This record gives sequence, C-alpha cells and structure tokens, in this order.
Amino acid sequence: MKPAPFAYKKVRALDEAIALMGENLDARLLAGGQSLMATLNMRLSAPNLLIDINGIGGLDGIARNGDTIEIGALTRHVQAERSDTIARYAPLIARAMPFIGHAAIRNRGTLGGSIAFADPAAELPACLLALDGEVTAQGPKGKRSIRTSDYFKGLYETALGPQEILTAIRLPAADGNTRTGFAELARRHGDYAIVGLAASARADGKGLKDVRLAYFGVGNTPLRATKSEAALAGGDVDAAVAALDLDPHDDIQASAAVKKHLAGVLLRRVAAQLMERQP
Amino acid sequence: MSMDMDITLTVNGEAVSERVEARKTLVDFVREDLGLTGSHVGCEHGVCGACTMRVDGVIVRGCLMLAVQCDGAVVETIEGLSDSGEVADLQAAFEQRNALQCGYCTPGMLTAAQELLQQAQANNAVPSREEIREHISGNYCRCTGYHAIVDAVESVAQERSKARAGAQS
Ligand SMILES: Cc1cc2nc3c(=O)[nH]c(=O)nc-3n(C[C@H](O)[C@H](O)[C@H](O)COP(=O)(O)OP(=O)(O)OC[C@H]3O[C@@H](n4cnc5c(N)ncnc54)[C@H](O)[C@@H]3O)c2cc1C
Ligand code: FES
Ligand code: FES
Repeated sequence: MKPAPFAYKKVRALDEAIALMGENLDARLLAGGQSLMATLNMRLSAPNLLIDINGIGGLDGIARNGDTIEIGALTRHVQAERSDTIARYAPLIARAMPFIGHAAIRNRGTLGGSIAFADPAAELPACLLALDGEVTAQGPKGKRSIRTSDYFKGLYETALGPQEILTAIRLPAADGNTRTGFAELARRHGDYAIVGLAASARADGKGLKDVRLAYFGVGNTPLRATKSEAALAGGDVDAAVAALDLDPHDDIQASAAVKKHLAGVLLRRVAAQLMERQP
Repeated sequence: MSMDMDITLTVNGEAVSERVEARKTLVDFVREDLGLTGSHVGCEHGVCGACTMRVDGVIVRGCLMLAVQCDGAVVETIEGLSDSGEVADLQAAFEQRNALQCGYCTPGMLTAAQELLQQAQANNAVPSREEIREHISGNYCRCTGYHAIVDAVESVAQERSKARAGAQS
C-alpha cells in the first residue's frame, strides 16, 4: 500500500522540531524510517506532517565520558556495529547489533528510533534495561534524563512526552569486571525475536553479582526476571531457570508455552556467556 | 505546508530535478517518475528486499525512504550498476549457476551482494558462505532456494580475490 498524504519538513535544529511538534499535534518524527515508513505504507498511521530529524547536527556519535558511554539518537545501527568504542565499552550492544534486522535496515535505522519506538521484541530496549542505562530527551520544558526503569511504560509506550525528542542514550562503560550475555531465537536471521535475553553482571571472585536479566518478546515491554537474577548470582543455573516467572502471551510467532520453554533455553546459554572471562 | 516538493538528486550519474509528492517512496519515484523499473516492489514494508538500491553509497530499502529525503543524494539503481559494468561478473555468475528463475528478486540480490563484495574488497577478505547468507538475509527469493545464489556470490568473491592477488603481485 501507499502512505496517506502528508507534508514533509526537514529540520536543522532540535528547537525547530520541538516547535513544529507544538504547532502540529498530528506530526511524527522521522529518523531512520525503518519502522515508521512501514507503518505509513500500511496506513497503520497517517500523520499530517513528517518532521525529518536526519539533518540535525550533533545527534549522532558515540563518546565515552569517564565511566559513561553516550550514544546519540541518530547513530545508525551500522555505526554502532562497527564502533571500537562500543565493542570495548558497551560489549552488550556489540553482541546485540548483528541480530537487528538486515544490512540494508542497519544502514538506515537509528538507535534512538529503536528506543523511541520500543518494540516489545526489539533488542536494544532490552539491552538498555539490562545495563540500567538512561535516556536523555529534550522538549518544550528543556532537557531531562529518564532512568530505564521509568522509561518503558507499555506496548510501544514510553515516558517520552508528545513533544519530546530522544537525544541520546547513556550506558555505564564496561570495565574488567563487566560480564555480558546475549541470545535470541528468531525464525529468520535478522527478524524480530520470538524470545530474546540481554544480560549484564559483574564478576565477583569466581561468581557473579549485580546480575540483570532483561527478556524481550515475552511481554509488552522488556522485562526483568529478578528471581532468576538472584539465583544466578548464587551460581545455580537450574534454580535460575526454575525461578523464571515470565507470563508471555501467545503471538503469531509462538505459543506462550513455547516461549516459556525457550526463555529457559536462552537463560542457560546466556548464563554460560556471563560466567566466561571476557576481554 | 505543501504536500509537493521540488528535489534535485543524482540518479545513476545523471542530475535529475523533479516535483514529487512528499509521500512518494524512493522506489515508486524511480519506477514511476524516472521509468527505471529494475527496482521491484514486493512487500512495501521492508521485509522482502526487492526494492534494494544504493543511496549515498550504502544499500537501503527503496520502500522505506521517501523521494523527498533524497534531495541532494546520489542514488544508484540496478540499471546504473548494470550499465557501468560494476556487477557484470555477478550477473554472469547468476546466469551460469541458475541463481535466478523468475528474476523478481535478482536486482535486489545483486545490489545487496555487491555491497558485501565491496566490503570484502576493502578488508581484503573473502566472505564465507555464512557471511553471504547473513548479508542477503533481508532479500527473499521465492524460486531458487538460495543455494545457487550463495554459490554465485561465493564464486565471484573468490574470483575477485584472485584478481586482487594477481594485481598485487
Ligand atoms: C525488515 C525489518 C526487520 C527489522 N528487524 C528488527 C529487529 O530484528 N530488531 C529491531 O530492534 N528492529 C528491527 N527493525 C526495526 C529497525 O531497527 C528500526 O530501525 C528501528 O526500530 C526504528 O529506528 P528508526 O531510526 O528507523 O526509526 P523511525 O522508523 O524513523 O521511527 C520509529 C518511531 O520512533 C519515533 N522516533 C524516531 N526517532 C525519535 C527520536 N529521536 N525521538 C523521539 N521519537 C523518535 C518516530 O516518530 C516513530 O514513531 C526491523 C525493520 C525492518 C524493516
Ligand atoms: S518492497 Fe521494499 S522491502 Fe519489500
Ligand atoms: S528468482 Fe524468483 S524470486 Fe528469486
């Protein structure tokens, strides 16, 4: 299908975009377009104005400031995939990147778009939750940062206000004691996951502490499995699997029972990754 | 705000200026306004890869970009890649190995495969069959079952690598 008619404006500054959104409550921001354009083509949404933010300078880029990694909203998936800074200081993102879509999608899609869209089966929102990261946003009332625990509100629903633009995500920089793990199951490489798991932890002697397990594809938002985290920190993988208390629904990809089973399979794989010494 | 816009861009090496509807996708623009029908339209939501083309040097989904976003851009379609001879060896290998039947997916497949081969060239590497499969994972083929396509891309990867080695010695 073809999109319903809309006007198009390419903006050069955040303020310009924020002002336009204020005048046009039916406008949508266009970043990589790899989710939005599909919904427009299918007429799942029909905004009257697209505000193209690709021309705003300074919104892409990956930087380390001390113990924080900041990734600009317009950073394309392919940039993150090839970044040495990401490989070294945000290894969980590096692990997740190859699972996101296909080469042509990663050439255009942005990290900010993915976090703003908040698809329940997407990799990056779960990574952000596993890393206890932060989202920075700018709106008519200025700038603010939002903790991940307050950010994902519901199905495709986030804490971003109607006139707010996600400007960056911030993650704690990995150090020698950081452990990460990532696994997902999909029917075709690059498709959205049936179930996936992003995890981070800290090495603690021979064991682990601060384990964070963030599942995706099993609910309306990425979800932590806190009981399993505690069991895994205690070193007991079987107990961690037994303690999984996810409550997925059937969807077009798999039944709830299959998803629950697969969540356990992924937990064993990711636990093995977390226990490995990592460079 | 107007629903139509004037754009100027380069398509297959030629300067193009047109007035387009803001909602027109890049693939519809090259097919309908420029008559370049080598890029195909399948799913129109990014899944099948039939519309794969190059914008500013990288492959994109022509159905997930607007023509108005390409104001000032350099666009290359299969017609351009074919006329310049850039993918002549790939085309020949596809033909020899029966890597196409109906041909619907072929322009997208060639364009996607060429990007992988260029990256391999830059890194002086030969992509593995797994890497080839990964890079064309976003391109559906309903006819061939993919093996012949992977064979064709692999053979060109090896030939180009040999040619590189030959050029260096
Ligand atoms: C075939 C296919 C397969 C895919 N597979 C996967 C996959 O496996 N995993 C995955 O995670 N994704 C996948 N994607 C989606 C892809 O990762 C998108 O790039 C991403 O979800 C959205 O990013 P975008 O930059 O393209 O955003 P857009 O499509 O431009 O925007 C998406 C939404 O976010 C809003 N938005 C964008 N940027 C901002 C911002 N800075 N501030 C506020 N709001 C903003 C837009 O208004 C829109 O509502 C796939 C896409 C396709 C077509
Ligand atoms: S038509 Fe563009 S990906 Fe299918
Ligand atoms: S040759 Fe028919 S779809 Fe690929």
